[in-house]
Amino acid sequence: MSTRISMTVNGKAVSAEVEERTLLAAFLREHLRLTGTHVGCDTGHCGACTVLLDGKAVKSCNMLAAQAQGANVTTIEGLAAADGEMHPMQVAFKASHGLQCGFCTPGMVLSAVELAGKLKNPSEAQIREALDGNYCRCTGYHNIVKAVQTGLANMG
Amino acid sequence: MSATGIGARVERKEDRRFLTGAGQYTDDVLLPGQTYAYFLRSPHAHAKIKTINSAAAKAAPGVLAVFTGEDIAGKVNGLPCGWLITDVNGQPMKEPPHPVLAQGKVRHVGDQVALVVAETYFQARDAAELIEVDYEVLPAVVKASDADKPGQPAVHDIAPDNVSYVWALGDKAGTDAAFAKAAHVTRLDFHNNRLIPNAIEPRAANASYNRADESYTLYVANQNPHVERLLMTAFVLGLPEHKVRVIAPDVGGGFGSKIFLYAEDAALTWASRQLCRPIKWTADRTEAFLTDAHGRDHTTTAELALDQDGHFLAMRVKTRANLGAYLSTFASSVPTILYATLLAGQYKTPFIHCEVTSVFTNTAPVDAYRGAGRPEATYVVERLVSTAARELGIDQAEIRRRNFVTQFPYQTPVALMYDTGDYNAIMNKALQMADVAGYAQRKTATQAKGLLRGIGYSSYIEACGLAPSNIAGALGARAGLFEAGEIRVHPTGSVTVFTGSHSHGQGHETSFAQVVSDRLGIPIENVDVVHGDTGRVPFGMGTYGSRSLSVGGSAIIKALDKIIAKGKKIAAHLLEASDADIVFKNGAFSIEGTDKNVPFGGVAFAAYVPHNYPLDKLEPGLNENAFYDPTNFTFPAGTYICEIEIDPQTGQTRIDRFTAVDDFGNIVNPMLVEGQVHGGLAQGIGQALLEECRYDPESGQLLSASYSDYAMPRADDLPSFQIGTTCTPCTHNPLGVKGCGEAGAIGSPPAVINAIVDALAAYGVRDVPMPATPQRVWQAIQNAKA
Amino acid sequence: MLNFNYHRPQSLAEAASLLGAKAEGKALAGGQTLVAALKLRLAGPTDLVDLAGVGGLKGISREGNNIKIGAMTTHAEVAASSEVKSAIPALAALAGEIGDRQVRNRGTLGGSIANNDPAADYPGAVLGLGATVHTNKRSIAADDFFTGLFGTALGAGEIITAVSFPVPKRAAYVKFKNQASRFALVGIFVAETAAGPRVAVTGAGQSGVFRVAAMETALAKDFSPAAVTGVKVAAQNLNSDLHATADYRAALISVLAGRAVNQARGG
Repeated sequence: MSTRISMTVNGKAVSAEVEERTLLAAFLREHLRLTGTHVGCDTGHCGACTVLLDGKAVKSCNMLAAQAQGANVTTIEGLAAADGEMHPMQVAFKASHGLQCGFCTPGMVLSAVELAGKLKNPSEAQIREALDGNYCRCTGYHNIVKAVQTGLANMG
Repeated sequence: MSATGIGARVERKEDRRFLTGAGQYTDDVLLPGQTYAYFLRSPHAHAKIKTINSAAAKAAPGVLAVFTGEDIAGKVNGLPCGWLITDVNGQPMKEPPHPVLAQGKVRHVGDQVALVVAETYFQARDAAELIEVDYEVLPAVVKASDADKPGQPAVHDIAPDNVSYVWALGDKAGTDAAFAKAAHVTRLDFHNNRLIPNAIEPRAANASYNRADESYTLYVANQNPHVERLLMTAFVLGLPEHKVRVIAPDVGGGFGSKIFLYAEDAALTWASRQLCRPIKWTADRTEAFLTDAHGRDHTTTAELALDQDGHFLAMRVKTRANLGAYLSTFASSVPTILYATLLAGQYKTPFIHCEVTSVFTNTAPVDAYRGAGRPEATYVVERLVSTAARELGIDQAEIRRRNFVTQFPYQTPVALMYDTGDYNAIMNKALQMADVAGYAQRKTATQAKGLLRGIGYSSYIEACGLAPSNIAGALGARAGLFEAGEIRVHPTGSVTVFTGSHSHGQGHETSFAQVVSDRLGIPIENVDVVHGDTGRVPFGMGTYGSRSLSVGGSAIIKALDKIIAKGKKIAAHLLEASDADIVFKNGAFSIEGTDKNVPFGGVAFAAYVPHNYPLDKLEPGLNENAFYDPTNFTFPAGTYICEIEIDPQTGQTRIDRFTAVDDFGNIVNPMLVEGQVHGGLAQGIGQALLEECRYDPESGQLLSASYSDYAMPRADDLPSFQIGTTCTPCTHNPLGVKGCGEAGAIGSPPAVINAIVDALAAYGVRDVPMPATPQRVWQAIQNAKA
Repeated sequence: MLNFNYHRPQSLAEAASLLGAKAEGKALAGGQTLVAALKLRLAGPTDLVDLAGVGGLKGISREGNNIKIGAMTTHAEVAASSEVKSAIPALAALAGEIGDRQVRNRGTLGGSIANNDPAADYPGAVLGLGATVHTNKRSIAADDFFTGLFGTALGAGEIITAVSFPVPKRAAYVKFKNQASRFALVGIFVAETAAGPRVAVTGAGQSGVFRVAAMETALAKDFSPAAVTGVKVAAQNLNSDLHATADYRAALISVLAGRAVNQARGG
């Protein structure tokens, strides 16, 4: 049993025949070999698998690839500019030491990027609340909060 | 200090790959001919396996093999324990077999029963459902407190009372005598809650076999690949070590849980040869909850004897530690060597006695988790001290000051020799940073909101930098605890550093490069750090116990010293001077007192293009190895002050302020050190307020088996932290560093609980168990009112 | 996850007929609960009928004294809707507290109430406001819709299309979160509606969301926190689990009800 899916990933049209039960995260990682999207849990809590789906942060391990039919997906591999210059949020995470082991980082960064459209000059408390869908076990979030604050400011 | 040298806040070299999705974690590795594994696990806490029928699974689509305990019996040995504890009667601990696949019996929910290998993950998992296992379910022993009661089922035949060992440390007679003359005794009973490590990257492994040279390669999410290889080849698989390469690539957090040799790693390695195909396994989160080695789970009665002025006379501690169903790699050392030795804390308590009973239960194995024994010890000491201060009406800072060790070196009554420290300096800075002077005003403001405010202190010590190998050996370690490093200078003067330490978030690629760039006077861009690969790094003991910079860094320093010494000889030749007149400074070798010099790169080039070179006296090349075995532990210490607000109607606790002042000795990269402290604090606060591994006491089913039921700290559970440091450099390693990886997790739980108890003091509450959930805080208030 | 047939119908009729024809079929809305359940093999439908392609199930509109929200409208859309925020701010706030940000971007109103998780937030608002659930077959009053733990009045092949929420005079939702899952350990929706005060409790009941008649009576006389904080809900019908005892939940209900009334009054 399989189903045909097509979508745009990081600006490129992709299409594949996959088992119906293929998760979006698995499609990205295994079919497209975009392994920057990480899977950290099986209940939709940790957010390591967060990608942008039509600009919205979603958990790619908690939806079927088929549900992304026709959508525009941005993964961490698609965030930096084509010439390799990092996105302001990536720069801010580096400058603020907002990552340690790096495993939650792609999801955290993409989740933070989505915030730009939602919060203007957010307070620390607002940022902390807005990161409720992303776990980090390394940083205690302290520097992530600083990174998001800086990154949002620099995104303008 | 240069912009990238020792002491500088250098942005991390490794960040770009992590931020752009270019990291390579074990599950990202895809090998030609890749197959996938699924482990069928026990649904029961304790059961006999009567029969296993895997015929249907073997016939399922895509299935390449199904292996059960029967298939590996006599071919694959059990997993070893790396630390032998000798009990109070001089007998070795009971060390039952720890099979890679269950041999006739399962002993905890999640125990591995069969390995299914298939062309795809789904095929393996679907096939596993076709395996019929006929279990005879046995009664389970779940709670450590029940384990040695008469009539309890035995987890292992060789330990009918479920006791692995009873072990003790300290002067019992002296302690009892001191208690007999004490003016005051403070006693507390508590449980140090069991935790599940929860690195966000689940464990994973990818094993392959090369028929051409009969060698194996194992990619594995692990903190110490050489130790993994040594244990697996020598004890479990009986393979020649040089035929096995273990690679721990990017690893997504460890916190202790990836130190250990796990059954899956060995099973996959063995099976890869049977199939001559690479086999990949990645735990899902449910498996991580069920099978990663858990942490803590101590039940303790502790007493502190004091004179009328609040001076500590003696401490008496009785602890029961839950080992789980099997002895995991370092399980036996955690509630003993890494625990009781820390009970002196920062204090000159003259007599201490600790007795530990470690028992088997039908639960997942328990082993080192961030802090490993030291958080448990600190919790005992700092809860006792705070409670005693309250009972005697002595200020919390004052009672600590009255008892601080102030003369160094200091020999504790529990086997450690503190080399240096200044605990008053730490306390002074903490009091000031925490604005303790303004506390009364903040409390008034809190009360005006109808809330309660409390303040809690914790002055911890830890022993890091494991460890002088001979001392560890005398205490039962079955491995050395040195570290290895290699400095390879390339002909054009750039450097590759090979270290046996392993970075899984710590940032060694940056901090170690800072050390090397600083010492050699070369740009940090010219230094790369390689770790985590037994095929590239000469040897290594890995990263745990906050040892990387103090032990691994020292090995690098030793290798650098050799490089510089050789460089001086080369430079002396090039400059036509005597070796003794050459000095190395700012990246150049020069004749002392002159401006005649040759840069480091020039020396490197000469070493590899030895046209003008003292070949009669000196080998060409510039490549040095070093092994460093520490002469003592290091002793980071700190004082943490926590302020919380409690809503008495709901029991909800909110951390309002958290101040941590630590003495880590010298610091290479303050930004990385702060990050380590932040992360440790989050885990310690998680233990204090949120996290608890819970099993059903009858069935042994894991109740907190997913993030729906195990509360992980999220960003909005935590405050921003105020971090400060003081510095007394370590006296016995070349960098004067002590280690910072575990401090936050060690010092913070008692600070939080002491603050909660302080807030509830008006109700007469004396203790709130961890985690102090809203329900528990509310219940404590109700009980006090009743 | 076991495999299944995946269907993406374009019309409600097609979706209903697919669901009617497949005994072990299941409708897929945002999937934030269902996909996780599939992964853990807690559910194993033969067929999944994705409603994402069905037109007319999304959107928020004012219809008389009701706010009508399409079943496939996401929590994020409800939370951000100026229509909802101005008419029933408590509902927007509730939607903004469901799960986490990513879950709110995918999870839907219809999916939430069709699942009727006893700790979900939306059932509190649906029952607390006395909303009407519209399906492809009929309209169901909130009081008749929830029929116990994970149970609803929905029949086979019946698909929620929208929910009409009557605009109350004032309302508030106060949620005490489960520290692990962030579902409601106890959630109280209090509303003063044209038909009188309503108090709905989610997260606590053994049979899912329920109303507290004694609180409603008290509020009818005096819409003040004091009217409800003294009203105790019997613990015997409440949940005791890993996270909270029934006694604790009972105590929280009284405390949070007072806070909800206070909030509804603009406090």
